[in-house]
Amino acid sequence: MMIACHECDMLYRLESVPEGSKAICSRCGALLYSHKKNSLDRTLSLIIAGLILFFLSNMFPLIEMKNQGLMMKTTLSQGVKALYNQDMQGLAALVLITCILAPFFQLSGLFYVLLPLKYQRVAPKTPHIFRLIRKLQPWSMMEVFMLGILVSIIKLAKMGTIIPGLSLYSFAALIIILAWATASLDPHIIWDKISAGDNPGVKHD
Amino acid sequence: MTKNFLSASHASLLSCPVCHLLSKPGQHIVEKGKEYCPRCGERLYIRKPESLSRTWALVLAAIIFYIPANVLPIMKVTSMGNAESDTILSGVIYFIQTGMWPIALVIFIASVFVPILKLLILIFLLITVQTRSKWRPRDRTRLYRMIEAIGRWSMVDIFVVTLMVALVKLGALADIEAAQGAVFFAAVVVVTMFAAMSFDPRLIWDVLEKPQDP
Repeated sequence: MMIACHECDMLYRLESVPEGSKAICSRCGALLYSHKKNSLDRTLSLIIAGLILFFLSNMFPLIEMKNQGLMMKTTLSQGVKALYNQDMQGLAALVLITCILAPFFQLSGLFYVLLPLKYQRVAPKTPHIFRLIRKLQPWSMMEVFMLGILVSIIKLAKMGTIIPGLSLYSFAALIIILAWATASLDPHIIWDKISAGDNPGVKHD
Repeated sequence: MTKNFLSASHASLLSCPVCHLLSKPGQHIVEKGKEYCPRCGERLYIRKPESLSRTWALVLAAIIFYIPANVLPIMKVTSMGNAESDTILSGVIYFIQTGMWPIALVIFIASVFVPILKLLILIFLLITVQTRSKWRPRDRTRLYRMIEAIGRWSMVDIFVVTLMVALVKLGALADIEAAQGAVFFAAVVVVTMFAAMSFDPRLIWDVLEKPQDP
Protein backbone atom coordinates (compact mmCIF):
# COMPACT_ATOMS: atom_id res chain seq x y z
CA MET A 1 0.00 0.00 0.00
CA MET A 2 1.36 3.39 -0.98
CA ILE A 3 0.76 6.20 1.48
CA ALA A 4 1.85 9.84 1.62
CA CYS A 5 2.64 11.55 4.89
CA HIS A 6 -0.07 14.10 5.62
CA GLU A 7 2.27 16.56 7.16
CA CYS A 8 5.33 16.47 4.87
CA ASP A 9 4.04 14.67 1.74
CA MET A 10 6.76 12.01 1.74
CA LEU A 11 5.81 8.81 -0.06
CA TYR A 12 6.03 5.42 1.58
CA ARG A 13 5.29 1.89 0.54
CA LEU A 14 3.91 0.21 3.63
CA GLU A 15 4.32 -3.54 3.29
CA SER A 16 2.71 -4.71 6.48
CA VAL A 17 2.27 -3.07 9.82
CA PRO A 18 1.73 -5.72 12.51
CA GLU A 19 -1.39 -5.46 14.66
CA GLY A 20 -0.89 -3.16 17.59
CA SER A 21 2.00 -1.23 16.05
CA LYS A 22 2.32 2.11 14.32
CA ALA A 23 4.12 3.49 11.28
CA ILE A 24 5.69 6.90 11.86
CA CYS A 25 7.05 9.18 9.14
CA SER A 26 10.85 9.03 9.37
CA ARG A 27 11.18 12.56 8.05
CA CYS A 28 8.71 14.63 10.09
CA GLY A 29 7.56 12.25 12.82
CA ALA A 30 3.84 12.29 11.94
CA LEU A 31 1.73 9.19 12.50
CA LEU A 32 1.28 7.47 9.14
CA TYR A 33 -0.75 4.49 10.14
CA SER A 34 -1.67 2.72 13.29
CA HIS A 35 -2.87 -0.85 13.01
CA LYS A 36 -5.35 -1.30 15.85
CA LYS A 37 -6.17 -4.62 17.46
CA ASN A 38 -9.65 -5.94 16.79
CA SER A 39 -10.68 -2.46 15.73
CA LEU A 40 -14.14 -3.03 14.28
CA ASP A 41 -15.62 -5.11 17.12
CA ARG A 42 -14.07 -3.00 19.82
CA THR A 43 -15.15 0.33 18.32
CA LEU A 44 -18.66 -0.93 17.58
CA SER A 45 -19.25 -2.12 21.14
CA LEU A 46 -17.92 1.14 22.56
CA ILE A 47 -20.14 3.13 20.20
CA ILE A 48 -23.23 1.24 21.38
CA ALA A 49 -22.30 1.97 25.01
CA GLY A 50 -21.63 5.58 23.98
CA LEU A 51 -25.07 6.00 22.40
CA ILE A 52 -26.81 4.77 25.56
CA LEU A 53 -24.71 7.10 27.72
CA PHE A 54 -25.37 9.97 25.30
CA PHE A 55 -29.13 9.69 25.81
CA LEU A 56 -28.76 9.38 29.58
CA SER A 57 -26.47 12.43 29.62
CA ASN A 58 -29.02 14.55 27.82
CA MET A 59 -32.12 13.37 29.65
CA PHE A 60 -31.30 14.20 33.26
CA PRO A 61 -29.89 17.30 34.99
CA LEU A 62 -26.13 17.80 34.95
CA ILE A 63 -25.91 20.05 37.98
CA GLU A 64 -28.42 20.93 40.69
CA MET A 65 -28.08 23.88 43.02
CA LYS A 66 -29.83 24.69 46.28
CA ASN A 67 -30.02 28.28 47.48
CA GLN A 68 -32.18 29.35 50.43
CA GLY A 69 -34.76 26.68 49.83
CA LEU A 70 -34.80 27.25 46.08
CA MET A 71 -33.81 24.37 43.85
CA MET A 72 -32.35 24.91 40.40
CA LYS A 73 -31.14 22.40 37.89
CA THR A 74 -30.00 22.34 34.30
CA THR A 75 -29.48 19.92 31.46
CA LEU A 76 -27.18 20.50 28.52
CA SER A 77 -29.99 21.49 26.16
CA GLN A 78 -31.44 23.91 28.72
CA GLY A 79 -28.07 25.68 28.65
CA VAL A 80 -28.38 26.07 24.89
CA LYS A 81 -31.94 27.34 25.31
CA ALA A 82 -30.92 29.85 27.99
CA LEU A 83 -28.28 31.34 25.68
CA TYR A 84 -30.79 31.47 22.84
CA ASN A 85 -33.33 33.29 25.04
CA GLN A 86 -30.71 35.89 25.95
CA ASP A 87 -30.27 36.79 22.28
CA MET A 88 -27.01 34.87 22.00
CA GLN A 89 -28.07 32.74 19.06
CA GLY A 90 -24.53 32.35 17.71
CA LEU A 91 -23.21 31.08 21.01
CA ALA A 92 -26.24 28.82 21.42
CA ALA A 93 -25.59 27.33 17.97
CA LEU A 94 -21.90 26.81 18.75
CA VAL A 95 -22.64 24.95 21.98
CA LEU A 96 -25.41 22.97 20.28
CA ILE A 97 -23.05 21.87 17.49
CA THR A 98 -19.96 21.12 19.58
CA CYS A 99 -21.67 19.38 22.53
CA ILE A 100 -24.82 17.80 21.12
CA LEU A 101 -25.04 17.59 17.32
CA ALA A 102 -21.44 16.72 16.40
CA PRO A 103 -21.02 14.05 19.11
CA PHE A 104 -24.41 12.55 18.28
CA PHE A 105 -23.67 12.50 14.57
CA GLN A 106 -20.33 10.84 15.27
CA LEU A 107 -21.84 8.16 17.48
CA SER A 108 -24.88 7.38 15.35
CA GLY A 109 -22.91 7.70 12.10
CA LEU A 110 -20.24 5.27 13.29
CA PHE A 111 -22.94 2.85 14.38
CA TYR A 112 -24.55 3.09 10.93
CA VAL A 113 -21.22 2.53 9.17
CA LEU A 114 -19.68 -0.12 11.43
CA LEU A 115 -22.61 -2.45 12.09
CA PRO A 116 -23.12 -3.50 8.43
CA LEU A 117 -19.34 -3.65 7.90
CA LYS A 118 -19.11 -6.23 10.67
CA TYR A 119 -21.33 -8.48 8.53
CA GLN A 120 -19.37 -7.70 5.34
CA ARG A 121 -22.02 -5.33 4.02
CA VAL A 122 -21.77 -1.66 3.15
CA ALA A 123 -24.72 0.57 4.04
CA PRO A 124 -25.82 3.15 1.43
CA LYS A 125 -23.83 6.42 1.37
CA THR A 126 -21.22 4.94 3.72
CA PRO A 127 -18.19 6.72 2.15
CA HIS A 128 -19.88 10.12 2.43
CA ILE A 129 -21.06 9.54 5.98
CA PHE A 130 -17.69 8.25 7.15
CA ARG A 131 -15.96 11.19 5.47
CA LEU A 132 -18.26 13.61 7.31
CA ILE A 133 -17.57 11.83 10.60
CA ARG A 134 -13.84 12.26 10.08
CA LYS A 135 -14.20 15.92 9.15
CA LEU A 136 -16.45 16.68 12.12
CA GLN A 137 -13.96 15.22 14.61
CA PRO A 138 -12.38 18.56 15.65
CA TRP A 139 -15.81 20.09 16.34
CA SER A 140 -16.94 17.46 18.79
CA MET A 141 -15.90 18.90 22.16
CA MET A 142 -17.52 16.87 24.91
CA GLU A 143 -14.29 16.46 26.87
CA VAL A 144 -13.83 20.24 26.90
CA PHE A 145 -17.42 20.59 28.11
CA MET A 146 -16.62 18.19 30.95
CA LEU A 147 -13.85 20.53 32.08
CA GLY A 148 -16.37 23.37 31.78
CA ILE A 149 -18.72 21.51 34.15
CA LEU A 150 -15.95 21.14 36.75
CA VAL A 151 -15.00 24.83 36.55
CA SER A 152 -18.68 25.88 36.82
CA ILE A 153 -19.19 23.74 39.90
CA ILE A 154 -16.26 25.46 41.61
CA LYS A 155 -17.48 28.90 40.52
CA LEU A 156 -21.04 28.25 41.65
CA ALA A 157 -20.03 26.88 45.04
CA LYS A 158 -20.19 30.39 46.51
CA MET A 159 -23.79 30.86 45.36
CA GLY A 160 -25.33 27.79 46.90
CA THR A 161 -25.04 24.08 47.58
CA ILE A 162 -24.09 22.13 44.46
CA ILE A 163 -25.49 18.65 43.93
CA PRO A 164 -24.08 16.60 41.04
CA GLY A 165 -26.92 15.61 38.72
CA LEU A 166 -27.59 12.11 37.46
CA SER A 167 -26.32 13.01 34.01
CA LEU A 168 -22.98 14.14 35.38
CA TYR A 169 -21.97 10.52 36.03
CA SER A 170 -23.10 9.26 32.64
CA PHE A 171 -21.40 12.28 31.04
CA ALA A 172 -18.10 11.43 32.73
CA ALA A 173 -18.42 7.81 31.58
CA LEU A 174 -19.27 8.99 28.06
CA ILE A 175 -16.05 11.04 27.85
CA ILE A 176 -13.99 7.95 28.69
CA ILE A 177 -15.95 5.74 26.27
CA LEU A 178 -15.61 8.32 23.46
CA ALA A 179 -11.86 8.68 23.96
CA TRP A 180 -11.52 4.91 24.01
CA ALA A 181 -13.64 4.52 20.86
CA THR A 182 -11.54 7.14 19.06
CA ALA A 183 -8.39 5.32 20.11
CA SER A 184 -9.64 1.95 18.90
CA LEU A 185 -11.00 3.15 15.55
CA ASP A 186 -8.75 2.22 12.63
CA PRO A 187 -9.90 4.39 9.71
CA HIS A 188 -7.66 2.59 7.21
CA ILE A 189 -9.35 -0.74 7.83
CA ILE A 190 -12.76 0.91 7.47
CA TRP A 191 -11.79 2.63 4.21
CA ASP A 192 -10.34 -0.63 2.85
CA LYS A 193 -13.53 -2.50 3.69
CA ILE A 194 -15.66 0.25 2.17
CA SER A 195 -13.77 0.29 -1.12
CA ALA A 196 -13.67 -3.51 -1.25
CA GLY A 197 -17.43 -3.67 -0.78
CA ASP A 198 -18.22 -0.79 -3.10
CA ASN A 199 -16.37 -1.85 -6.21
CA PRO A 200 -14.97 -5.35 -5.76
CA GLY A 201 -13.04 -5.14 -9.04
CA VAL A 202 -11.07 -2.03 -8.19
CA LYS A 203 -7.97 -2.33 -6.08
CA HIS A 204 -5.58 0.39 -5.10
CA ASP A 205 -1.92 -0.29 -4.55
CA MET B 1 9.37 0.83 3.40
CA THR B 2 11.36 2.87 0.94
CA LYS B 3 13.42 5.80 2.10
CA ASN B 4 14.26 7.82 -0.96
CA PHE B 5 12.58 11.09 0.09
CA LEU B 6 10.18 11.32 -2.79
CA SER B 7 7.09 13.41 -2.21
CA ALA B 8 3.63 12.57 -3.49
CA SER B 9 3.43 15.85 -5.40
CA HIS B 10 6.70 15.02 -7.25
CA ALA B 11 5.27 11.66 -8.23
CA SER B 12 2.10 13.50 -9.46
CA LEU B 13 0.00 11.65 -6.94
CA LEU B 14 -2.78 13.32 -5.01
CA SER B 15 -3.26 12.32 -1.40
CA CYS B 16 -6.80 12.50 -0.03
CA PRO B 17 -6.92 14.68 3.10
CA VAL B 18 -9.68 12.58 4.65
CA CYS B 19 -9.26 8.94 3.66
CA HIS B 20 -5.54 9.07 2.76
CA LEU B 21 -6.02 7.31 -0.58
CA LEU B 22 -3.30 8.11 -3.10
CA SER B 23 -4.56 8.51 -6.62
CA LYS B 24 -3.01 9.18 -10.01
CA PRO B 25 -4.41 11.57 -12.60
CA GLY B 26 -7.08 9.59 -14.45
CA GLN B 27 -8.22 7.87 -11.27
CA HIS B 28 -9.77 10.99 -9.76
CA ILE B 29 -13.41 11.76 -10.22
CA VAL B 30 -13.49 14.93 -12.30
CA GLU B 31 -16.55 17.16 -12.19
CA LYS B 32 -16.59 20.61 -13.80
CA GLY B 33 -12.80 20.69 -13.82
CA LYS B 34 -12.53 19.91 -10.11
CA GLU B 35 -10.95 16.71 -8.84
CA TYR B 36 -12.47 14.51 -6.16
CA CYS B 37 -11.22 11.45 -4.29
CA PRO B 38 -12.38 8.27 -6.03
CA ARG B 39 -12.92 6.55 -2.68
CA CYS B 40 -14.57 9.06 -0.35
CA GLY B 41 -15.49 11.97 -2.64
CA GLU B 42 -13.43 14.63 -0.86
CA ARG B 43 -12.07 17.50 -2.99
CA LEU B 44 -8.41 16.87 -3.88
CA TYR B 45 -5.63 19.45 -4.04
CA ILE B 46 -1.85 19.16 -4.33
CA ARG B 47 -1.64 21.61 -1.41
CA LYS B 48 -4.46 23.21 0.57
CA PRO B 49 -5.79 26.02 -1.65
CA GLU B 50 -4.50 29.55 -1.01
CA SER B 51 -3.13 28.21 2.26
CA LEU B 52 -0.89 31.14 3.21
CA SER B 53 -3.27 34.00 2.40
CA ARG B 54 -6.26 32.25 3.97
CA THR B 55 -4.33 31.47 7.14
CA TRP B 56 -3.02 35.05 7.33
CA ALA B 57 -6.54 36.44 6.92
CA LEU B 58 -7.92 34.19 9.65
CA VAL B 59 -5.00 34.94 11.98
CA LEU B 60 -5.52 38.69 11.55
CA ALA B 61 -9.27 38.31 12.15
CA ALA B 62 -8.55 36.35 15.33
CA ILE B 63 -6.16 39.06 16.58
CA ILE B 64 -8.83 41.72 16.02
CA PHE B 65 -11.48 39.65 17.85
CA TYR B 66 -9.05 38.94 20.67
CA ILE B 67 -9.20 42.56 21.90
CA PRO B 68 -12.99 42.84 22.56
CA ALA B 69 -12.92 39.24 23.79
CA ASN B 70 -10.71 40.31 26.67
CA VAL B 71 -11.94 43.89 27.24
CA LEU B 72 -15.70 43.24 27.17
CA PRO B 73 -17.38 41.21 29.92
CA ILE B 74 -18.21 37.59 29.11
CA MET B 75 -21.05 37.54 31.63
CA LYS B 76 -23.05 39.82 33.91
CA VAL B 77 -23.83 38.58 37.39
CA THR B 78 -26.67 40.29 39.27
CA SER B 79 -27.05 39.28 42.87
CA MET B 80 -29.03 41.04 45.62
CA GLY B 81 -29.51 44.06 43.42
CA ASN B 82 -25.89 44.82 42.56
CA ALA B 83 -24.55 43.94 39.14
CA GLU B 84 -21.06 42.71 38.46
CA SER B 85 -19.30 42.08 35.13
CA ASP B 86 -16.90 39.23 34.59
CA THR B 87 -14.17 39.36 31.98
CA ILE B 88 -11.90 36.43 31.13
CA LEU B 89 -9.08 37.90 33.19
CA SER B 90 -11.25 38.87 36.15
CA GLY B 91 -12.28 35.22 36.35
CA VAL B 92 -8.62 34.22 36.61
CA ILE B 93 -7.91 36.96 39.18
CA TYR B 94 -10.92 35.91 41.26
CA PHE B 95 -9.57 32.38 41.59
CA ILE B 96 -6.08 33.62 42.45
CA GLN B 97 -7.48 35.90 45.17
CA THR B 98 -9.53 33.12 46.70
CA GLY B 99 -6.47 30.90 46.73
CA MET B 100 -7.65 28.40 44.13
CA TRP B 101 -4.43 28.26 42.16
CA PRO B 102 -5.00 25.07 40.18
CA ILE B 103 -8.31 26.27 38.75
CA ALA B 104 -6.88 29.74 38.05
CA LEU B 105 -4.08 28.07 36.14
CA VAL B 106 -6.50 25.90 34.12
CA ILE B 107 -8.54 28.92 33.03
CA PHE B 108 -5.46 31.04 32.37
CA ILE B 109 -3.90 28.34 30.17
CA ALA B 110 -7.12 27.52 28.29
CA SER B 111 -8.42 31.06 27.78
CA VAL B 112 -5.39 33.34 27.66
CA PHE B 113 -2.24 31.35 27.03
CA VAL B 114 -3.47 28.86 24.40
CA PRO B 115 -5.07 31.41 22.00
CA ILE B 116 -1.99 33.68 22.13
CA LEU B 117 0.40 30.74 21.74
CA LYS B 118 -1.62 29.43 18.82
CA LEU B 119 -1.60 32.77 17.02
CA LEU B 120 2.13 33.34 17.63
CA ILE B 121 3.04 29.87 16.35
CA LEU B 122 0.85 30.29 13.27
CA ILE B 123 2.47 33.66 12.49
CA PHE B 124 5.91 32.10 13.00
CA LEU B 125 5.06 29.20 10.66
CA LEU B 126 3.61 31.57 8.04
CA ILE B 127 6.70 33.81 8.07
CA THR B 128 9.18 30.91 7.95
CA VAL B 129 7.32 29.36 5.01
CA GLN B 130 7.18 32.69 3.17
CA THR B 131 10.89 33.35 3.68
CA ARG B 132 11.58 29.80 2.44
CA SER B 133 13.33 28.98 5.67
CA LYS B 134 14.98 25.58 6.01
CA TRP B 135 15.31 25.86 9.77
CA ARG B 136 14.31 22.73 11.72
CA PRO B 137 11.39 21.57 9.57
CA ARG B 138 10.74 18.63 11.86
CA ASP B 139 10.30 20.85 14.91
CA ARG B 140 8.14 23.32 13.00
CA THR B 141 5.88 20.45 11.91
CA ARG B 142 5.71 19.37 15.55
CA LEU B 143 4.62 22.89 16.55
CA TYR B 144 1.86 22.71 13.96
CA ARG B 145 0.71 19.34 15.25
CA MET B 146 0.59 20.78 18.76
CA ILE B 147 -1.53 23.86 17.97
CA GLU B 148 -3.96 21.72 16.01
CA ALA B 149 -4.54 19.59 19.10
CA ILE B 150 -4.76 22.22 21.85
CA GLY B 151 -7.03 24.87 20.28
CA ARG B 152 -10.29 23.19 21.27
CA TRP B 153 -9.55 23.52 25.00
CA SER B 154 -10.05 27.29 24.79
CA MET B 155 -13.79 26.65 24.50
CA VAL B 156 -13.95 25.86 28.20
CA ASP B 157 -14.95 29.39 29.24
CA ILE B 158 -17.82 29.41 26.75
CA PHE B 159 -19.16 26.19 28.27
CA VAL B 160 -18.81 27.64 31.77
CA VAL B 161 -20.90 30.65 30.73
CA THR B 162 -23.52 28.32 29.19
CA LEU B 163 -23.91 26.33 32.40
CA MET B 164 -23.93 29.33 34.74
CA VAL B 165 -26.52 31.12 32.61
CA ALA B 166 -28.77 28.07 32.61
CA LEU B 167 -28.42 27.32 36.29
CA VAL B 168 -28.59 30.68 38.02
CA LYS B 169 -32.10 31.98 37.52
CA LEU B 170 -33.20 33.22 40.92
CA GLY B 171 -35.04 36.29 39.67
CA ALA B 172 -34.38 39.20 42.04
CA LEU B 173 -31.98 37.16 44.17
CA ALA B 174 -29.45 36.33 41.52
CA ASP B 175 -29.27 36.19 37.76
CA ILE B 176 -26.50 35.55 35.25
CA GLU B 177 -26.50 36.77 31.68
CA ALA B 178 -24.07 36.06 28.88
CA ALA B 179 -22.40 39.21 27.52
CA GLN B 180 -20.80 40.38 24.26
CA GLY B 181 -17.24 39.40 25.25
CA ALA B 182 -18.25 35.74 25.13
CA VAL B 183 -19.32 36.12 21.50
CA PHE B 184 -15.94 37.61 20.52
CA PHE B 185 -14.10 35.01 22.54
CA ALA B 186 -15.98 32.18 20.84
CA ALA B 187 -15.12 33.84 17.52
CA VAL B 188 -11.41 33.81 18.44
CA VAL B 189 -11.53 30.08 19.19
CA VAL B 190 -13.47 29.17 16.03
CA VAL B 191 -11.44 31.43 13.74
CA THR B 192 -8.08 30.15 15.07
CA MET B 193 -9.31 26.58 14.58
CA PHE B 194 -10.10 27.39 10.95
CA ALA B 195 -6.73 29.14 10.64
CA ALA B 196 -4.87 26.03 11.81
CA MET B 197 -6.94 23.89 9.43
CA SER B 198 -6.19 26.10 6.43
CA PHE B 199 -2.43 26.02 7.00
CA ASP B 200 -0.70 23.25 5.06
CA PRO B 201 2.32 21.82 6.95
CA ARG B 202 3.63 20.29 3.72
CA LEU B 203 4.63 23.81 2.67
CA ILE B 204 7.33 23.64 5.37
CA TRP B 205 8.90 20.73 3.50
CA ASP B 206 8.38 21.81 -0.11
CA VAL B 207 11.29 24.24 0.03
CA LEU B 208 13.68 21.40 0.92
CA GLU B 209 12.78 19.53 -2.22
CA LYS B 210 12.60 22.20 -4.89
CA PRO B 211 15.18 24.81 -3.94
CA GLN B 212 15.38 26.21 -7.49
CA ASP B 213 11.66 26.62 -8.08
CA PRO B 214 10.47 30.16 -8.80
